Amino acid sequence: MITEMDAKLLEKIADLTGKPVGAFNIRKDSGCEARQSTEHIEISPRTDGKSGIDIRFKPGTKGEKCYIPVIISKTGVSELVYNDFYVADDCDVEIVAGCGIHNSGCSESRHDGLHTFHIGKNARVRYVEKHYGEKDAGQTGGNIMNPKTVVYLGENSVMQMETIQIRGIDSTKRETDFFCEAGSEVVVTERLLTHGDQTAESDMTIQLNGDDARGRVISRSVAQDRSRQVFRPVMVGNAKCFGHVQCDSIIMGDARIQSIPAITANSTEAQLIHEAAIGKIAGDQLLKLETLGLTSEEAEDTILKGFLA
Amino acid sequence: MLELKHISYHVSTPEGEMDILKDISITIPDHRLMVFTGPNGGGKTTLAKVIMGLVQPTGGQILYNGEDITGLSITERARRGISYGFQQPPRFKGITVHDLLLLAAGEEKLSKDRCCAYLTKVGLCANDYLDREVDVSLSGGEVKRIEIATILARHSDLMIFDEPEAGIDLWSFARLTETFEQLHQEGKATMIIISHQERIIRLADEIVVIANGQIAHRGSTEEVFPLILADTLGGCPVIERKEASL
Repeated sequence: MITEMDAKLLEKIADLTGKPVGAFNIRKDSGCEARQSTEHIEISPRTDGKSGIDIRFKPGTKGEKCYIPVIISKTGVSELVYNDFYVADDCDVEIVAGCGIHNSGCSESRHDGLHTFHIGKNARVRYVEKHYGEKDAGQTGGNIMNPKTVVYLGENSVMQMETIQIRGIDSTKRETDFFCEAGSEVVVTERLLTHGDQTAESDMTIQLNGDDARGRVISRSVAQDRSRQVFRPVMVGNAKCFGHVQCDSIIMGDARIQSIPAITANSTEAQLIHEAAIGKIAGDQLLKLETLGLTSEEAEDTILKGFLA
Repeated sequence: MLELKHISYHVSTPEGEMDILKDISITIPDHRLMVFTGPNGGGKTTLAKVIMGLVQPTGGQILYNGEDITGLSITERARRGISYGFQQPPRFKGITVHDLLLLAAGEEKLSKDRCCAYLTKVGLCANDYLDREVDVSLSGGEVKRIEIATILARHSDLMIFDEPEAGIDLWSFARLTETFEQLHQEGKATMIIISHQERIIRLADEIVVIANGQIAHRGSTEEVFPLILADTLGGCPVIERKEASL
């Protein structure tokens, strides 16, 4: 049963209000809360005994959206989920994932997920993944999420991946691996906020294997209080390709951030660029917004919201 | 009405105390267009920042519409109707031109038509700019014009512009001077413009020449402009001394 609290989590992580239209799978506390396939998108439980689902998009599926959010409303839940996506040739689809934890006790709640994408030729996929955690007042149970994403991107296909850690995740270890064929394009936009004593690590490797493959990583993060963040995005050019890695972080309080972008060229035709910046909120930005009538707190909030938008 | 009374500002440097502003007093009546001009390092920007609260004076008092605002924060002054266009405006990653105009207008929604009106006044097209982030992808001149558009969106009673022409191309500058002229003709706001440009200086009701932290001259364009020209032709004092000794 979807409670009022669950509904709030679903809205937060998947912009869902009410029952979704089209294909969806809502996972709650390690069980299937609701599932629906459509003519073009088939969602079925795995057959290899592992927990998770297979999602198959028929060739040429266009303009359809699929929701697969996960919510955990109990304390002490720990799960490892395997979801496999098979996106056939010529599809143009959007997948909205996301995980929300409401920890009501003092035990750790943890969601580990492995998403594997098999994307055919000439397809376009937009994949959005939002993570959010909250706790009942006075409770100390940690909220942990460790997502691993592996993408095999077929010739001339495009994948836009947007990952957003909204807040409330005490520990996360993200792993993302792309294998890009000729003419394909991947754009990863990573947004991450940590606060309190949280830790976040993100390892990402994009292998540009085919000619004219393009990869772009735009990572923006904010570390507040005593939180720690480590980013290791790696772009590997194995052919005539173009890759760009850009990491920007705002550091606040007593936080620590390590940003270690890397580029590796295994072809003379590979053109790769990386850039990384870490800094506090610039004083002139705060002053400018204050001259527009915002308080210093409102100004800081506006800058952070914009940065992580 | 804005009244500055005995404003002074001094800073400590390794070489000792340095006076940036020295006992400046000036009253600016409502709906006037004042131009602050003068040599670089003379104190114009510091004085403008003192009015906005960006710099706290070490002495003196600021009255705005009869209220002592010397101790008020930037935010409180902004909310009382003072706005400030920076000489070198900051950039914001992730904040769009539309977001900034919205924040400036202090409204939850701002129609595209109104955004377009503000941007057109600074020579920009809303279709090209509204959704763009105010980040390094914009040129210095574009950021500067967006800065001025945010001041227009505030509809404040006292607008301060610090060298609005700096970094702006000739065509946009012409459009900008028209905008200042139009604003002045509407007669709803007081404007203080720091500028060295003759076209802006000629728009002024009154010119204030600030040099060495003091008001060197003050008066109408007709009175003060010839004095500025005379000072400009003055040349280099070192060379003049050498020539005199020959």
